[in-house]
Amino acid sequence: MTPLEALVHEAAGAPARAAPPPSAAEDEVARVLQICNACRYCEGFCAVFPAMARRLEFPGADIHYLANLCHNCGACLHACQYASPHEFDVNVPRAMARVRAKTYADYAWPAPFGRLYQRNGLAVALVLALSLALFLGFGLALKGTLWGVPATGNFYAVFPHQLMVWLFAPVFAFAVLALGIGVGHFWRDISPGAPGGAASREAAANALTLKYLDGGHGLGCNESSDAFTLARRRLHHVTFYGFALCFAATCVGTLYHYAWGLKAPYAWTSLPVLLGIAGGIGLLVGPAGLWWLSARRHPLHRDTNSQPMDRAFIALLFLTSLTGALLLAWRDSAAMALLLAVHLGVVMALFATMPYGKFAHGVYRCAALLKWAIERRQPNRLILASE
Amino acid sequence: MIDVLIIGGGNAALCAALTAREAGATVAMLEAAPREWRGGNSMHTRNLRCMHDTPQDVLTEAYPEEEFWQDLLKVTGGQTSETLARTVIRESSRVREWMRRHGVHFQPSLSGTLHLSRTNAFFMGGGKALVNAYYRSAERLGVQIRYDAPVDRIEQHDGRFVAAYAGAERIEARACVVASGGFESNREWLREAWGRNERGEWPAEQFAIRGTRFNQGVLLKHLIDSGAEKIGDPTQAHMVAIDARAPLYDGGICTRVDCVSLGIVVNSAAERFYDEGEDFWPKRYAIWGRLVALQPGQRAFSIIDAKAVGRFMPPVFPGERANTLEHLARQLGLDERALVRTVVAYNAACREGCFDHAVLDDCATVGLTPPKTHWARPLDTPPFFGFALKPGVTFTYLGLKVDERAAVHFAGRPSANLFAAGEVMAGNVLGKGYTAGVGMTIGTVFGRIAGASAAAASQGEALRDAA
Repeated sequence: MTPLEALVHEAAGAPARAAPPPSAAEDEVARVLQICNACRYCEGFCAVFPAMARRLEFPGADIHYLANLCHNCGACLHACQYASPHEFDVNVPRAMARVRAKTYADYAWPAPFGRLYQRNGLAVALVLALSLALFLGFGLALKGTLWGVPATGNFYAVFPHQLMVWLFAPVFAFAVLALGIGVGHFWRDISPGAPGGAASREAAANALTLKYLDGGHGLGCNESSDAFTLARRRLHHVTFYGFALCFAATCVGTLYHYAWGLKAPYAWTSLPVLLGIAGGIGLLVGPAGLWWLSARRHPLHRDTNSQPMDRAFIALLFLTSLTGALLLAWRDSAAMALLLAVHLGVVMALFATMPYGKFAHGVYRCAALLKWAIERRQPNRLILASE
Repeated sequence: MIDVLIIGGGNAALCAALTAREAGATVAMLEAAPREWRGGNSMHTRNLRCMHDTPQDVLTEAYPEEEFWQDLLKVTGGQTSETLARTVIRESSRVREWMRRHGVHFQPSLSGTLHLSRTNAFFMGGGKALVNAYYRSAERLGVQIRYDAPVDRIEQHDGRFVAAYAGAERIEARACVVASGGFESNREWLREAWGRNERGEWPAEQFAIRGTRFNQGVLLKHLIDSGAEKIGDPTQAHMVAIDARAPLYDGGICTRVDCVSLGIVVNSAAERFYDEGEDFWPKRYAIWGRLVALQPGQRAFSIIDAKAVGRFMPPVFPGERANTLEHLARQLGLDERALVRTVVAYNAACREGCFDHAVLDDCATVGLTPPKTHWARPLDTPPFFGFALKPGVTFTYLGLKVDERAAVHFAGRPSANLFAAGEVMAGNVLGKGYTAGVGMTIGTVFGRIAGASAAAASQGEALRDAA
């Protein structure tokens, strides 16, 4: 925040947001980037190194920007002449991953919730999903509708439509609000300038195609060894577009309900169900594959600190899809109400942990990509001797 | 018995192994280093100098054979072989397609290296990425690779290679390629080659080795002792002034200090000793290693002021920083009054000019010894920065004499089945001096020649065995 902005902020009655103190994670990135900036061999791999080369020093906001620009592809680690066992012990992906965890926590809104990131492991996610499912199931059991409701796939007979809207809309809205405020602060701190049309289009394309998981040469990134593979890029696509299709299914369903008065359950061949099935398959295959890749990743390329958070998110995505598939398969059976309670519990856990978990990576990554698209159109103020 | 044995594990060794394997030979490689340190000095490289007559993917304009040859002639002062040099130059225009097939990717010249965009093709990710790609390709093609296998001697019979010894183990092969590098990592040998100076110092004790610790020159010495013809001056090495805090080995490219031409350089008596602005830095950086090696304690100090910040490649270690020259002197361990005296004299001698670091400008000193002939601007804007420098050895020039088939020579005759490639024979083409990327060009071209020669020789040997 510039002094002027701080003043405006204060005048508006809000206390200026204090920058979080630099940590060992940020110091490590600054140390590593000083070495990288004197070497620069990795400039062709991704955007991080060209962005680094426009700087001589790395203040906190720049470190968070560069850390979120890093896609953890691993190419620079395997190509590094200064990687372990070299005494410089340069490991850009690991150093960046540790700062990213701090970005999500530092910029979390409300600020005290930032600590949730550190606790958002697999166990927490599963317990949350399970307790929400139990809570919903218990409610049904009290009403005597947990088992054997002859509803022939009519979910609203179990949970009235209004109730579902009132349960999910606030959780979802809060997730959007919390992430929006967090990334807003991040954006202001990295002070990128105004995004033009070309920069925005480029950033969107880079995000939607996962450009920086292509290794710079199109053959992909590193997993268990120095060989390149497109597996992560493809599995991430399957996951992301699976998620998008599921989201689209919900949106179309909402349109059917409110705009055209078409009430669920919808036929197997209807648009919402087809979108949901396609997306659901993506959300089964994608997360399972990403889990498998992360388990096989090269030891130097792993960040054990952020692994629990990664896995919690992957697991919830997978369970969302799995319970959804089970529900669809047995929606006409006696188990429907129980399956519905479990599915809704998982989905609610997914939304509830969204602003304080791995989901945040997509939001901050997009902001960093947009900043890079803006920045690289600006003139470079460094004139180095040997040019 | 395998057909071709490759001794070494860097670029030249890999090019030889891949080429021999492609020619149908069974191939084994013995790399002295453990897997995580494999690749010798190649892992610190970043590009290859290429002849080309028209713009190519990552190479701008043209770099014709004659210009490449003239450049080589100039930097070596004639200590080269025209036949071998022209072979290297011509092949350099053809090798990149082969390199790509084995997984090497190229990228445009890096930021800060625009002066190389015409002549040098950069490896995406640098030399270690190239080495990794070659090892993957070698594994795929079925080359047997052994790490932690330094070879200390070979066995010959009637002028033919018979076997190599890795410790006590004897490994037979029909032909052999020696690609085990120079001797720059051998501190004892460097100490002996540099000797003792008039101040009673052993200068080489202060040298850092910019590359691998595994180029001990054991096999090189063994072959020379066994009568192999040598080439190059054993006291000569490519040496650069690097940051005095650089590690003993493997400091690589990032430890160089690029601000010399923007300020002054003094020795430990706080006196200047050479024209810092003689020529563009990329053309002069390689003389400063020797210049520093000749100073007392093999130390020097590059001093700049705030005007230079942002005009040179960022240093790997931050410099000492002070708001007065006295403070800076104290931080660098120099005599305060002596440094101030030197800077005052230098500042007074700076002639007003039009500073431009991109050309040989007219900012020069007047009446100062030694002069600074370009980019001389008074050191008058705090903060001041100082970097302690020491000599860093890149490679040594002593090697084995070879012919255009890469055959090692004994008593004027080429061996039938012993070949050499890379740093261990680079002195045939590059007897002294250096120009960016030429080491990798020699290693790649002669690696491929040696691999092909060894594969062919192994077939001849197989016929002999059968007869």
